[in-house]
Formats: sequence, structure tokens, C-alpha cells
Amino acid sequence: MDAIRTEALTKHYRVGFWRPRPYVALDALTLDVRRGEVCGFLGPNGAGKTTTLKLLMQLIYPTSGRAEILGRPVGDVEVRRRIGYLPENPYFYDYLTAEELLSYFGSLYGLSVPERRRRVAALLDEVGIGAERRLQLRKFSKGMLQRVGIAQAILNDPEVVFFDEPMSGLDPLGRREIRQLVLRLRDRGCTVFFSSHVLSDAETLCSRVAILAGGRLVASGHLSNLLAFQVHGWELVMTSIPDAALQEATRFGHVVRATSFGDGHYALELPPTVEPDRVLANLSARGARLVSLTPVRETLEDYFVRQVAEAPPDRGLETPRSYARR
Amino acid sequence: MHVVRHVALNVFKESVRDRVLYSLVAFAVLLIGGSYLIGELTAGQDIKIIKDFGLATIATFGLLIAVFIGMGLVWKEVERRSIYNLLTKPVRRHEFIIGKFAGLALTLFINVAAMTVVFYAVLAYLDTLFPENVRAIWPAPAVDPGMLRAVALIFVELLVVTAIALFFSTFSSPFFAAVLTFGLWVSGHFNADLRNFEAVVDSPAAAYLARGLYYVLPNFAAFDIKTQVVYALPVPVSYLVTTAAYGVVYVALLLTGAVVIFARRDFK
Repeated sequence: MDAIRTEALTKHYRVGFWRPRPYVALDALTLDVRRGEVCGFLGPNGAGKTTTLKLLMQLIYPTSGRAEILGRPVGDVEVRRRIGYLPENPYFYDYLTAEELLSYFGSLYGLSVPERRRRVAALLDEVGIGAERRLQLRKFSKGMLQRVGIAQAILNDPEVVFFDEPMSGLDPLGRREIRQLVLRLRDRGCTVFFSSHVLSDAETLCSRVAILAGGRLVASGHLSNLLAFQVHGWELVMTSIPDAALQEATRFGHVVRATSFGDGHYALELPPTVEPDRVLANLSARGARLVSLTPVRETLEDYFVRQVAEAPPDRGLETPRSYARR
Repeated sequence: MHVVRHVALNVFKESVRDRVLYSLVAFAVLLIGGSYLIGELTAGQDIKIIKDFGLATIATFGLLIAVFIGMGLVWKEVERRSIYNLLTKPVRRHEFIIGKFAGLALTLFINVAAMTVVFYAVLAYLDTLFPENVRAIWPAPAVDPGMLRAVALIFVELLVVTAIALFFSTFSSPFFAAVLTFGLWVSGHFNADLRNFEAVVDSPAAAYLARGLYYVLPNFAAFDIKTQVVYALPVPVSYLVTTAAYGVVYVALLLTGAVVIFARRDFK
């Protein structure tokens, strides 16, 4: 059974007051995410990521198509007991303290008072705001609210968790903690589906990605299948290279480009056709010393940019991209 | 049911921590407390004025609380997007609406009860100030439990007002919700005039329209038995039960409407 499954999920809005026109926020999204996967849902602004998450949470209703979570239709209250959701830029009742808020949400899951107390304390510590548990949320910074948001999303020990831009508002340390949290959730067997702009996070965390552009799915699959793992070249960093040796290597086409770091260090870009150990041996024999040798492969960012740029043109109805150009 | 209870308790907690509510209640208590000054002005001849004034204060401040909290009850959750966190928990949309209503009803109950206690305390104090011969000409004793019947119907009226404000709050901004609720409250107090509109106008169409409005608009005048209780006139139990039942049915219809509208909404 898939954790998440959508079939031709579509959402149109009507825009314009006098002459309403349909606006395609999401166009026939078909996607499935297996249990235990960490799936990154990527796309530029206005691609339809938040719309998809809201459809999965039944905060909005689809124009057509269907969606299931854990084999049951979205919106089923029994499903909601087994999932967690962090909205983008979450807002909470600012008259409550972090502890009261989580306790309130825990009561909606039917947790007993001692269970709530135990779980809330553990979670606030886990997301790093245990010391501020009795502070009213109106005094929280954006990053702290994000942490509260993450805590409430995993309060019920969910089987599937949906994060909409989980790294938003977090400092580098906070982002690192959330990355570790996602990995811990994965290790517990939880399926994590998160939307993000930050491709490096997706590359680190995801076993799988889906890329959305203009309301349409343009790529989906395991990272190992999507990214070509052949080497595109080599980056050789050396120091104390004699000028003559560098000129010779460039002349013979062994080095495509040499970038000086200014302190005798050079980054040499080698084409995939040359054998790097041979170039390294030649330069070492002339007195140069090795600092590092790294293969250059396609990154998720390269892939993402390519997919978004190659996205098919708009189809009649207005899509977020064509609408944004107006 | 536990979901409705917890949503309601959260509404109550929110209103308890809301300074506007505190100001309203404090002002009402001051006003009721200060009403003994009226007694001084009228030389204790007319405790009826004080009773009337006290009951009117409870009704007016209850109305202000119902409208000012009720108008933003749903709107605020949608506008600030706190609803995203709530509706993705095991909370059905109708449970959310009923919980919100129950929370405000609880807030009103506590506030009306507090104002009533102060009201009776003031009356008990006044009772000690006047000699026997003055008290003998009062139509009812100062501390007359019969006035609780008026308070009970004021509370039912406030529940109807809350349901109206909540209904409008599911699809309009607080400003419009407040204007529409006040509008209905005012027209609901003059509702009886619509029933016999044909006596005033010649147009049968206007008379039919007025008669239609009479049946649709809430009849708030029915909840007002202040004059009867102040003058110790009889108010049959059957009247109290029928009027309260009318209020409950009206609330149920409004909540059903609110649930139907809310269940179809997209939260963009």
C-alpha cells in the first residue's frame, strides 16, 4: 500500500472579478509515494506545491481527480489520526504557551492528560524549545514558531508527515537539527513528504523527488535514477605548480580551465576524457603537490534547472506561471 | 464529542485572555454597581428603574460580547491560517463550528452569571437602605428570584445573536458580520410590526414581503420580559418554554447553515 497516491489531481481557481478566468493551480498530478520514503516535492514559486499539500489535507477541494493517504480518501478523520502536517509559515494561537498549544492539539487526538504532558515535554525538547515551553507564542520568533509547527506535526507519532517548507525561517543550526529530525523520522519508518526550495536539503534527505513546474509534474523518481551518475569531469586542486607545467597541461588539453586561489593553490578543471591520475602524476613529477581530486557529477540543482526550463508550454487555461507574467 | 468540548474550552480560554472582554465585563459590573445612585436620585421611590436598568445592562453587554467575539470567531482562524493546524487534526468541520459556538456560549454564560450576581448583590444592598413603608409599596421585593426568568431569556437571546454572528463569520469579514448581526438584532426587535404591515400599507406585495420577513427574521422582542418581571406581572412557564424552544430551533437552523457553508469552503 502506498503512503500517498494521487490520480490526475487537478485544481482550478477562478480569477478576476468581472470576467472570471480559470487558473490552473494544479494540473492532473499523478504521484505515488511508498511507505517509509522521504520524498522531496520541489518546484519554483507558484508551481503548485502548497496547493497539492492543501488538497492532500483537504483544506481545499479538487476540481477533479482523487487522492489517498494510507489507502483511504483524504479528509477521512481516521487518516488524520495517523498523519501530521506543518503548513507554510505556520500561525498559532498567540495567547497560548507552546505547552498549552501542544496539549490542546494532543487533546484533539484523544490523548490522556498524563500522556499529553509526557509527549509535549519530550517533543518541545526534541525541537529545541524546551526552555521556552511556558512562554506565550506571541513572544516567539519566526524560527521558534517553525519549531512549534514541527512539534505539533509529529505530536501523534504519525505514519506519514507532510512538511510545507520546513526549513523556512530557520538558521543554519536549526536547519541541521530539522534535517536530523527528518532522518530520525525516516528511521522510525515514518513517510516524510516535504516541499522545499532548498535543493541541497532535498539532495541530502530524499530517497525520492517530484518536481513540479507551472502546476504540472515534470519529473519524479528516485534520485539515483534521475541524476546521471557518470562523471562530467574532474576538479583537481594542487599547489606549487610550475608555470611551465601548467601551460603545457593546458596546451595538450588535459586542463580545460585553471583557477588560481591566490596563495599558490590552483583548481584545475579536467575533461572527462583524460585520466586524472596521469595528469596528477605528470604535475607531481614537476614538483606540484596534491590538495584534492574530486569527480564532477550532475547535482540535483542542475537537474532541477534543466527540468523546469524544459517544462512544456502552457495549455490554454492560465497556469500560475502565465498568470504571474501579467 | 471530546473534540467539540476541547475546541469550546479553547474559545473560552481565548476570551478569558482577551482584554476587550475584561473591559466590557468590568464596565458592566461598574454600571450595575453604580445603579444604586439612581436609587439615590429617585429617593428610593422606584426600585423598578434600577431593576430595569440592571437587566438592560446585562442584555446590552451580553450583546456586545456576543457580537464582538462572535464576528471574528471563524474569520480570524481562516485569516490567520490557524485553521490549517486544526482541520488537519481529527476534527470534522461541523465539530469545529459547534465547538466555536459552544465556547462562546460558555463565555456568555459565565459573564451573564457574573453580571447577575453583581446585580442581585446591589439589589440586596439597596433593600437594606429603605424603610419598611417604602418597601411595602414596591410591586415585588428587591431581591426577586422571578427576575431570573428574564435573565434566562436574555441568555437564550444572546445564544441566537451568537449563532447569527457565527453564521455570518463563516463567509464574511468581521465588519460585515457585525453590521449584519446588529442589523438583524434591531430588525428582530421590531419584528412584530411586520406581522400586521397590511394595516399600514395598501400594497399587497409589500404586505406579503413583510409577512415573509416576519417569519424569517428572529423575533427578539419575544425574549424581552423585563417589564413583566419588574412589575411582577405573571409570565407563564409555557411562555418561557416555548420562547426558549423557539430560540433553540433558531440557533440549530443557523448552525446548520453555518456548517453547510463552512463544509464547502476552500481555505486558499
